[in-house]
Amino acid sequence: MSERQLLDGSTAIAKSAIAAGMSFFAGYPMSPFTHLLESLSKHLPEVGGTCINAESEIEGVNMVLGAAAAGARAATGSCGQGIALMQETIGEAAQNETPFVVFNMARGQADYFQCTKGGGWGDYRTITLAPKDIHEAVEHTQLAFHLADKHRSPVILLGDPLLATTQVGVEITRFDFGALPAKDWALDGSTSGTGRSRQVWTWAMGKVTDPGLGMDQHWRNIADKFDRIAATEARHEEIATDDADVLVIAYGSAAAFVEHVCRRLRDEGHRVGVFRPVTLWPFPGEALLAATEGKRKVLVFEVNSGQMLDDVRAWTHDRRTIEFIGGVSVHESGLSFGPLLDAPVIRERILAHLPGGSGVTPPIPATPMETGVVG
Amino acid sequence: MTGASTPPETGRSPEASARHTLPLVDTTTAPLPPATKAAAAQPDLILGAHSLCPGCGEPVALRILLETLQDLGIVDRSIGVVGHGCYGSFVRIMDVDVLQCLHGRAPSCATGIKRVRPSAVVFTLQGDGDMVNEGLQEVLHSAARGENITCILLNNGVFGDTGGQATATTVLGQRTKTSLDGRDAEQHGYPIPIAELVASLQGVGYVARGAVSSAGQVQATKRMIRRALESQLAGQGLSLVEIVTMCPTGWFVPASEGANYQHQSMEPIYPMGELAVAGRARGTASGPVGDSIAGTAGGTS
Repeated sequence: MSERQLLDGSTAIAKSAIAAGMSFFAGYPMSPFTHLLESLSKHLPEVGGTCINAESEIEGVNMVLGAAAAGARAATGSCGQGIALMQETIGEAAQNETPFVVFNMARGQADYFQCTKGGGWGDYRTITLAPKDIHEAVEHTQLAFHLADKHRSPVILLGDPLLATTQVGVEITRFDFGALPAKDWALDGSTSGTGRSRQVWTWAMGKVTDPGLGMDQHWRNIADKFDRIAATEARHEEIATDDADVLVIAYGSAAAFVEHVCRRLRDEGHRVGVFRPVTLWPFPGEALLAATEGKRKVLVFEVNSGQMLDDVRAWTHDRRTIEFIGGVSVHESGLSFGPLLDAPVIRERILAHLPGGSGVTPPIPATPMETGVVG
Repeated sequence: MTGASTPPETGRSPEASARHTLPLVDTTTAPLPPATKAAAAQPDLILGAHSLCPGCGEPVALRILLETLQDLGIVDRSIGVVGHGCYGSFVRIMDVDVLQCLHGRAPSCATGIKRVRPSAVVFTLQGDGDMVNEGLQEVLHSAARGENITCILLNNGVFGDTGGQATATTVLGQRTKTSLDGRDAEQHGYPIPIAELVASLQGVGYVARGAVSSAGQVQATKRMIRRALESQLAGQGLSLVEIVTMCPTGWFVPASEGANYQHQSMEPIYPMGELAVAGRARGTASGPVGDSIAGTAGGTS
């Protein structure tokens, strides 16, 4: 278990989920999530678990809701396109307090809003972890199950094609994040006929003989819970921010590229630092507010039209310092990143805003349409 | 600009237009026995009075379902998965562990529960809008997968909860708020006989259709529910009992006319009887992981 193995990211995540005690998984194939589904189809039955190739994303996530309501550690996944179909159930689970994990092995970084701003019905949030590499994804997979059970809420792990398919030497260890409360709410049938039978119900209306909180109070409690999560679970990483003149903000795989570029720029004498939100929700806003104080420039890099940018704008000390240096860049297949996610390209975009730079972000390189490879 | 424009041509005669006002029926009149008697009786698993309309068949169906759980001695391992419709209010009066799930998704949720708790008895409670409209895919695929769950369909051919609109099981000629001239195949298509569809699939253990508008039907349907649950206990695959239930309010007839309307309109399209019995024996070896679920009893992450 604890030896180093050469694994692709999907297999590493699958093995980490199994190490976390996940016993049920259901999903529908969709690239680049397919690797994770295939891996779990192979490895989950080996430990007595169940992996179902569901007839649709909607069925997959509802099977998972059922398994989780019965007390199992359960998960589903897709890429953003398939997660779109699951949003109703994710919102429902947030409000009937059923904990499970959703692996969004996205095709790029276009799903930030989808993960952090909901899309299902009602007043809810979803904790979203955005690992920067496979080693962190292994830890975050187990953290996701822990946070789901701790807060009785669905948790999203946001990956991308690099995370899903790159091979690395990685160790699958069992992480201990502390004790969790017993799942005394889980449905097993044992309280049927006792007059105190259990309910998993978004409306929380209870029985006629034992009324529940009702929607108003239940949903206020849910809102309070998300306030507590926002206050306690935000995570971020800072690299060389203290004496930095310019701060670059990025998340996920893109942050690994930015970190690499900025370390080189540091070596060359540029006072540049990196701020990486590790949880996208809760967004580490207070930390960003502190980190951006006194900075000459705050550069935001993400491979989309500027989604995290909204949260950065809300939490930057002086909004006039913000420059967006990301943008849309899609591989010709539609299944991965375009040429924007490349160290030399990112370097030029940062350099443009460092002292002596032009102050103008260079254009995004076009995606060549040469190979004819589609889908 | 000229004055008032000509209203759009409706193509309907004044008589036809008059029909477009559905009658407001008296829903306070008590139904005929035996529905009154059956609905008034309180088995142990019913915690209080239901809140549905007089003459509704759903409380009777609930009663015989819960009585059967007791008869089989499986109450303390029974889990219900309830969809959305009038019967959704039963969650408040049924003394059974319940997951109230999203519209149409009950068979999928039941699949997840049963796979991680194979010794539990898992049933869904769904209406025709829930199962045949919104959730057709769920019930068909769950049946084809041979999931060891029991699906109970309360089919009244109408969206009762939202006030009488057409569902996929509304019969031809039936007047609803969205088929004011009666369901017309050319415009609205044909009703879906879900029990026959499910019975045609491999993977099912037991499929039957009953009703609850007479004492005889109630007894026959209760036997069907028993056989369906026994099929689940024997691991034969998905079992389904479609129960045709009276909805005088949604049929726009007086409460006392519910049974007659059912006999004349519904039963020719939805004949009673068993459609699949002693289905393909399906072991529980592939898939289920046993009932000891990590994390249920607490412990570390």
